[in-house]
Amino acid sequence: MDMYLTLIQLLDSTVRLATPLLLACLAGLYSERAGIFDIGLEGKMLAAAFFSAAIAAMTGSVWVGLAAGIAASLVLSAIHGIASITFRGNQLISGVAINFLAAGMTVLVAQAWFKQGGRTPSLIGKARFEPINLPFAEAMQDVPIIGPLYFELISGHSILVYMAFAAVPLTWWLLFRTRFGLRLRAVGENPAAVDTAGVSVVGLRFAAVGICGVLCGIAGAYLSTALQAGFVKDMAAGRGFIALAALIFAKWRPWHALYATLLFGLFGALETRPDVIESLIGMKVQGQLLSALPYVMTVIILAGFVGKAIPPRAGGEPYVKER
Amino acid sequence: MDVMPKWAEVILVPLISLVLATIISALVILAIGEDPVAAVKLMITGALGSSYGWGYTLYYATNFMFTGLAVAIAFHARLFNIGGEGQAALGGLGVALACLYIPWPHWSVALVGAAIAAGLFGAAWATIPAWLQAKRGSHIVITTIMFNFIAASLLNYVLVNKMRPKGSMDPASARFPETVQLPTLHDMLAPVGIEFSKSAPANVSLLVAIAACVFLWFLIWRTRLGYEIRSFGSSESAARYAGMPPFKIIMVTMMISGALAGMMAINNVMGEAERLVLNSVEGAGFIGIAVALMGRSHPFGVFIAAILFGFLYQGGAELALWTAIPRELIVVIQALVILFTGALDNMVRMPLERIFLALRKKGA
Repeated sequence: MDMYLTLIQLLDSTVRLATPLLLACLAGLYSERAGIFDIGLEGKMLAAAFFSAAIAAMTGSVWVGLAAGIAASLVLSAIHGIASITFRGNQLISGVAINFLAAGMTVLVAQAWFKQGGRTPSLIGKARFEPINLPFAEAMQDVPIIGPLYFELISGHSILVYMAFAAVPLTWWLLFRTRFGLRLRAVGENPAAVDTAGVSVVGLRFAAVGICGVLCGIAGAYLSTALQAGFVKDMAAGRGFIALAALIFAKWRPWHALYATLLFGLFGALETRPDVIESLIGMKVQGQLLSALPYVMTVIILAGFVGKAIPPRAGGEPYVKER
Repeated sequence: MDVMPKWAEVILVPLISLVLATIISALVILAIGEDPVAAVKLMITGALGSSYGWGYTLYYATNFMFTGLAVAIAFHARLFNIGGEGQAALGGLGVALACLYIPWPHWSVALVGAAIAAGLFGAAWATIPAWLQAKRGSHIVITTIMFNFIAASLLNYVLVNKMRPKGSMDPASARFPETVQLPTLHDMLAPVGIEFSKSAPANVSLLVAIAACVFLWFLIWRTRLGYEIRSFGSSESAARYAGMPPFKIIMVTMMISGALAGMMAINNVMGEAERLVLNSVEGAGFIGIAVALMGRSHPFGVFIAAILFGFLYQGGAELALWTAIPRELIVVIQALVILFTGALDNMVRMPLERIFLALRKKGA
């Protein structure tokens, strides 16, 4: 029973750690499926994390904070869109710029507003997303096996976690069952065909980049208002890049994005519980190895040794209507 | 036929981008309630007003020359090496191993040995992404990003578990022996009668970096390999048709690029810290991107841009010391430079091209 509880706790923190990865991964999915590479996921999350925490601290309402976070992320999305769609600039360079812009601006503004060395005040009460207890969670707690599973793992997360998991089927439906989704995928494979059909390539790509901004905004807000209580400098801590790795790992598919981010979340959870691994496989695993594992696995997948990851064909290429 | 004259392409476009980045930076300083004019004055006196300031400016510039050249050579082959950070970290490991485990008789021999070790380690770290790009078609940007993180984990492991001296809590290697200490600008300039600050970290690596700039210029524009790299960069299919093997070009370019990034370690690890510490690169690998973009991938441009960024770095440190403006202002400026000179290049270029076309029509 003890072992079972440990496992449940481990999976519980897996879900917590996977949520921001999942949201950012789906964000990248929309953008890259439409042919816009986005290595600025990290920056957008960071900006959203700061502005949602800052505005939540000022207004005392986490929902206003969430809106501010999404708005901040959307501003960066707009920059990325203008640079890579309107002015046909290099999408990768634009992404790099956005990451640095967010890394610098968040600390600069945090220092100017709060003067606490680049952090926001700690969030309390309504300024944070509180865990939601699902119905009967307390009552079922003592039921063997299912009780702890329901109480610890399924119940007791913030609303953003449930939103992230709901976004997976929604994304699948939107991309593969609607006209908008078909066009969005087409614009990432063969924009000229979409253009010939009389649909705006620029409009579709901006829509995709916009959805990407909203999802990154929620991911960032989750970091600072649900996972933790406030913003600290560099709190995205490479999650945007792990999400990018997960996206490649998932080969740009929504359900696989869920599996990939859960796997990478599990690595993160295991990193904090070295004792669990030791008792499970009977030997010590270096924490550094676990933190490098998502990246190593992504490189292996990219190399095509275990199934080939083929990105959308028009990804990274600005669309030029006339030659 | 080019629409713009050469001087506009080389000087006017980057200059306008730089002015735009400066204006927005000034607005940012205003927005956080500080005085931009006073800030610039403070940055200039702090970074260029004394030989101490110059010593730091040139120390940072040395780092950025290496990483800037690394990004620039890759750009010529239309490869985006975003992994300078990891390659420089591995270069640091190479320098530390060379300095700690080989008994060098004199610093000059040690410098050559350490530079070779740094270059080899950096090149090795770039080889894997290069091979994956050339043979398996994996996107080099993604693999080099992944390799940055893998390098960080690797160095963390090595420093905490292997190289840390017994009894030390600090995740850092032991101090290098005194024989491998590089002469600073103070030591070099004192015999000629120039007083240079003793405490500034600029050292003989600066000369190596300048030599690397010259070497790279020669390589790109005066050798067959350089021609192949440039041809490959402007048109892969044309280069292939002319019988230039893409595999070789990608591998060699990335190895040179990685070696240059790795060689940064002779400045920061051997010249300044004199031991290997955690996160010794401090983002210099990424600044190389801004430096290469601003320098238009030309070694001389990289040289100038590296000094400018060295100035920004030292000036920014002074700002953080004397005003309420945090050091992160440099990161914002760096982002704006990358944005305007890199991603929004067409925004500056398109109207300029229109102006030059109109001028030419009038002249004809």
